[in-house]
Amino acid sequence: MTDASPEKIPVTVLTGYLGAGKTTLLNRILSEPHGKKYAVIVNEFGEIGIDNELVVGADEEVFEMNNGCICCTVRGDLIRIIEGLMKRKGRFDAIIVETTGLADPAPVAQTFFVDEDVRAAARLDAVVTVADAKWLAARLRDAPEAKNQIAFADVIILNKTDLVSPAELREVEARIRAINPYARLIPAQKCAVSIADVLDRRAFDLDRILDIEPEFLTVDEHDHDHAHGHDHGHHHDHGLKHYHDEDMQSISARLEGDLDPDKFMPWINRLTQERGPDILRCKGIVAFKNDPKRFVFQGVHMMLDGEPQREWKSGEKRESKVVFIGRDLDEDDIRKGFLACAA
Amino acid sequence: MAEPTSSLTAHVRPLPGGAPVARAAFLDGAPVLAFVDGIVAIGDADAQNRVAVHPEGAILAAALDGKRLVTGGDDGVVAAGVVERIADEKGRWIDALAVRGGAVAWAAGRKVAARDEAGAVKTFSAPTTVRGLAFLPKGYRLALAHYNGVALWFPNVAAEPSTLEWKGSHLDATVSPDGRFLVTSMQENALHGWRLVDSRNMRMTGYPGKTRSLAWSHDGHWLATSGADACIVWPFKDKDGPMGKPPRECGVRSSRVTQVAFHPRALVVAIGYADGLILLCRLGDAAEILVRAPGEGPVSALCWDATGARLVFGLESGGAGILSLPA
Repeated sequence: MTDASPEKIPVTVLTGYLGAGKTTLLNRILSEPHGKKYAVIVNEFGEIGIDNELVVGADEEVFEMNNGCICCTVRGDLIRIIEGLMKRKGRFDAIIVETTGLADPAPVAQTFFVDEDVRAAARLDAVVTVADAKWLAARLRDAPEAKNQIAFADVIILNKTDLVSPAELREVEARIRAINPYARLIPAQKCAVSIADVLDRRAFDLDRILDIEPEFLTVDEHDHDHAHGHDHGHHHDHGLKHYHDEDMQSISARLEGDLDPDKFMPWINRLTQERGPDILRCKGIVAFKNDPKRFVFQGVHMMLDGEPQREWKSGEKRESKVVFIGRDLDEDDIRKGFLACAA
Repeated sequence: MAEPTSSLTAHVRPLPGGAPVARAAFLDGAPVLAFVDGIVAIGDADAQNRVAVHPEGAILAAALDGKRLVTGGDDGVVAAGVVERIADEKGRWIDALAVRGGAVAWAAGRKVAARDEAGAVKTFSAPTTVRGLAFLPKGYRLALAHYNGVALWFPNVAAEPSTLEWKGSHLDATVSPDGRFLVTSMQENALHGWRLVDSRNMRMTGYPGKTRSLAWSHDGHWLATSGADACIVWPFKDKDGPMGKPPRECGVRSSRVTQVAFHPRALVVAIGYADGLILLCRLGDAAEILVRAPGEGPVSALCWDATGARLVFGLESGGAGILSLPA
């Protein structure tokens, strides 16, 4: 994942609760005149309306790795299928994985961290979540899977906006933002989105973690007013349409100046080991003392992936930023721990 | 360790290549190459016959018993050689194959089918997808590697298979020639073994990568494995198998071993590496002889003929060749 060498096959993961419109999106992608060939990994044959010789049935076989890491689950079927698809290398341009409505995206993503052969052949491009504008709010209350899918997403397609009023739309957008302010959020009807908004996002390329500021809604002026990027946590009481999700939060922290790697690395490792089951995703750009290069990292649960990246530009402010999305995170503890890593 | 000083490279002839080589074999004395694009090539360089066994498909699995090469494709077809179509699973991928005598077994997802010499097919639905299949040497019985263990299935017996449990994802399965030990390769860069008489567990760990090539010595006393920067050879002669004993390391180099093949008559193992090098290593004194210099990418197939006079090899890049040992 770290090196985005061009010959690695990009893999897009489509998630979304039952009935949100995943298959509609998939059919739309496949029917566009993009001139590309996609291998599609689906759970149910027959729902795809497009003739595609490279549709592979999967069984979502999740298993735990024997590496002492309790949340380290991977999709065994995905490892097998990607290994098989590589025998047809050159006959398709990208892979799309459609998960079931009740699936947790983490095992899919973790497969790309854990398996050496998968890593060598393919790169996780982005997790795209389709959400139903009318029913998402209710699902966020009663379906933990739906919340996981929102929290995990790099791109959220808020579908069926024609079924809700502008006020309801703003409300559901605000609820999404309360969980995941970093995903790209695209309102849509019948999943009519541009392919470029969904595919080739490079959301997991460390090189592309250039800006981890929250994405803002163009339709919701409120969110502009209390940006999460600036010390999120002090704004919960402002604004009418700002929700605080009860168990899923995003926490960002920023520190001007340098970090001490001998403090930061043990801290981030310990945090992700101890709190890994609750941390769905994390990412950060870090300035290490005496290091001309930016250090970037990302993680899924307990798995971390990081590397020194480009040099800090002259005139660029050396600062460190980290972002966590997770369940029941202790914001004060994370913030204090991070700030204590100052050089 | 230095590169081997003695060399057999002058005795190697190229074979016409193709797509990445999935499996190499000898059938009726002729070298056979199965390419991942579904083409099977039979015969020497000057008289090679190429047949599309899985047209427009890809070969996902292959098994060999010396008389027959059976291939399984992502077209759902199980084929023996080039003439016999054994089964068509209607496009479901054939993930694993085993062959012994006239019997063939294949797995497509959770479904496992076994066809005996008379052509009778029995099926079984495993708890999860089956990644590895192996016939036990005695009786009509199969080992099915799946998640969290291995099922031992008698296709002709109605009773539920017995299960050997070990948590994790089991990939390939192999049974020692004397039938005492069952070994699987695992997702976690390790092998797992069971002594079948008492289901005692054996863990064989320390690999930097997955083991996807396993080969028993002709006497059944040794198991050669890929997945490290040397061929790791585990001792299985004693009643406890490799328990408490260190493995031998043959052909230590700074390149990952991708393929191993024991000589059919001597304790010599052919080792293929990720950089394309092939060498022969004698187990007794670790003496090495070069067969092929590095180049053209990983070795993906190795096979000795029945007498051990010739070794056919294939590469992931599609190249292939044959070594004829000097008399």
